[in-house]
Amino acid sequence: MKAIVCVKQVPDTSGKVAVKPDGTLDRASMATITNPDDLSALEAALELKEQTGCEVVVVSMGPFTAEGMLRECIARGADRAVLISGREFGGSDTFATSQIIAAGINKIGVGPEDVVFCGRQAIDGDTAQVGPQIAEKLHLPQVTYVAGIKKEGDSLICKRMLEDGYMTLKVKTPCLLTCIKELNTPRYMSVSGIFECYSKPLEIFDYPALKDDPLIETDTIGLKGSPTNVFKSFTPPQKGAGTMVESASALVGILNDKHLI
Amino acid sequence: MDFTLSKEQELVQKMYREFAENEVKPLAQEVDEEERFPEETVKKMAKLGMMGIYFPKEYGGAGADVLSYVMAVEELSKVCGTTGVIVSAHTSLCAAPIFENGTPAQKEKYLPKLCSGEWLGAFGLTEPGAGTDAQGQQTVAVLDEATDEWVLNGSKIFITNAGYANVFIIIAVTGTVLDRRGRKQKEISAFIVERTDPGFSVGKHEKKMGIRGSSTCELIFEDCRIPKDRMLGAKGKGFALAMKTLDGGRIGIASQALGIAEGALDETVAYVKERKQFGRSISAFQNTQFELAEMKARVDAAKYLVYKAALKKQEAMDGAKIRYSVEAAEAKLIASRTASDVTRRCLQLFGGYGYTRDYPIERMMRDAKITEIYEGTSEVQMMVISGDLLK
Repeated sequence: MKAIVCVKQVPDTSGKVAVKPDGTLDRASMATITNPDDLSALEAALELKEQTGCEVVVVSMGPFTAEGMLRECIARGADRAVLISGREFGGSDTFATSQIIAAGINKIGVGPEDVVFCGRQAIDGDTAQVGPQIAEKLHLPQVTYVAGIKKEGDSLICKRMLEDGYMTLKVKTPCLLTCIKELNTPRYMSVSGIFECYSKPLEIFDYPALKDDPLIETDTIGLKGSPTNVFKSFTPPQKGAGTMVESASALVGILNDKHLI
Repeated sequence: MDFTLSKEQELVQKMYREFAENEVKPLAQEVDEEERFPEETVKKMAKLGMMGIYFPKEYGGAGADVLSYVMAVEELSKVCGTTGVIVSAHTSLCAAPIFENGTPAQKEKYLPKLCSGEWLGAFGLTEPGAGTDAQGQQTVAVLDEATDEWVLNGSKIFITNAGYANVFIIIAVTGTVLDRRGRKQKEISAFIVERTDPGFSVGKHEKKMGIRGSSTCELIFEDCRIPKDRMLGAKGKGFALAMKTLDGGRIGIASQALGIAEGALDETVAYVKERKQFGRSISAFQNTQFELAEMKARVDAAKYLVYKAALKKQEAMDGAKIRYSVEAAEAKLIASRTASDVTRRCLQLFGGYGYTRDYPIERMMRDAKITEIYEGTSEVQMMVISGDLLK
């Protein structure tokens, strides 16, 4: 049994946010962190490891510098890591990214008892699309917005958070879950984990390693395989100070005047 | 001397920082005000391998190195001096002497429990009549040959971690010997005492000026009986064992002092940017700038001495037949003075607010003072350094 965890290195938005003249993020000049929801996904996988003794594999697509983040995941308790990295994969949108990561997961291999864990969404793109798309491409059942997991035989009982309540779902493995931060509190790296993390396996999957997967075609990956067209990126103007209204009736009056109610 | 951190050391420093910021800092004021030993923090540190950082895995340690241990005490002490000394006393004064002097059976019995943090460790040398003059020991241990037990009588004072420790390294007099000139000298030996041993009890809890959450108590031995195999190291070698243990301990306290100074400086840099007087931040005044600059330079100077001592101890750990007494003494002398000096000057920059307990700086100033006193006063460090110079 394996738990495969998808993680992404993202800019640390709690620090300085740098934007290039074309309106896109200047990633190179920003500090990076592991995407917070992905840490919840990793924690869920590590808890499953404690219950079942399963292997935990972390996988990420990104530049070679993402190795540091993957080592940190190992220092928290993961057994090994896979970095999907190649020039051919650059410029991918969520469709192409999920295509490539799904091929990477195929190469790792999804067994009948395995679970793929993803974070709900990354703090840089905020799309929440990659996890669900990977599930579709791997033909796995998926549960999104997972806030609780219990293993029961060959199934998982998942608590799924909705806007106004919870939904409890039973899903058979293999499956894919996208996790939210309410699911758990991610553990720290341990001292011994840190001193072992550079001696544990980290494999690189480049384009030649994945090219034979049916998901990988020149028009399904990279910029060419990305149907998303960014028309324009811009920083929205700051909202000015609001108007203070003395009473509820005055507010109703204003809304009425504007034909909003 | 290369102070470049390895990838592992950089990562472990990052972990300590996150842990200190999220788990230790929020409790620091409460731990001080309520004089409360932060048991929950010790449990969390135990889980992360912080109670046995530089001991080998075969004994349950994390398999890291001495500098990684020093950085742990440093990062913890930046936000809470109490938490820093808990780790320092446990590691340097209890686990280390067992690791360095214990029999295979003693190491197997005590180190896994100490390294995992299941058991907390302490060390007892100081007595009401024997502080700096460690030869003035009054605690005696007599072998009862009928039962093959050592019987201890006496008391120890100012023992860090005492109220919560399970294992104590105890120095006691086991007889008299003649020195090289034929004069009678006390024969001093070291023992491992467990909290549950009959005749052992923990006495008065000291109310202190600083590190108020640290549990500092008296230890009482009233016909305390321990098995014969609890002697640590050879009979009559207890004084040397204690001095060598303190060499390591001083690196821990130097790290604590360094952390307190760095923590005070961090707080002060943030404060002077916000505090406005005469229409501008007080960081715009040259007095503030010069104060900060000098403090930073002094803190860095202390840091290099502390890290150098750690690297020297590492060489000894790796098998080199060297002592690091002088390096440890220099590190502690300079780091503890720096801590006292820097916290006092930082408080001055905070002005009236610094004197209130709404800000951490007065606590840091109180915590800093002990580093000039325990595990050998500054004067003792100077005796060690000059003794080596004039030998």
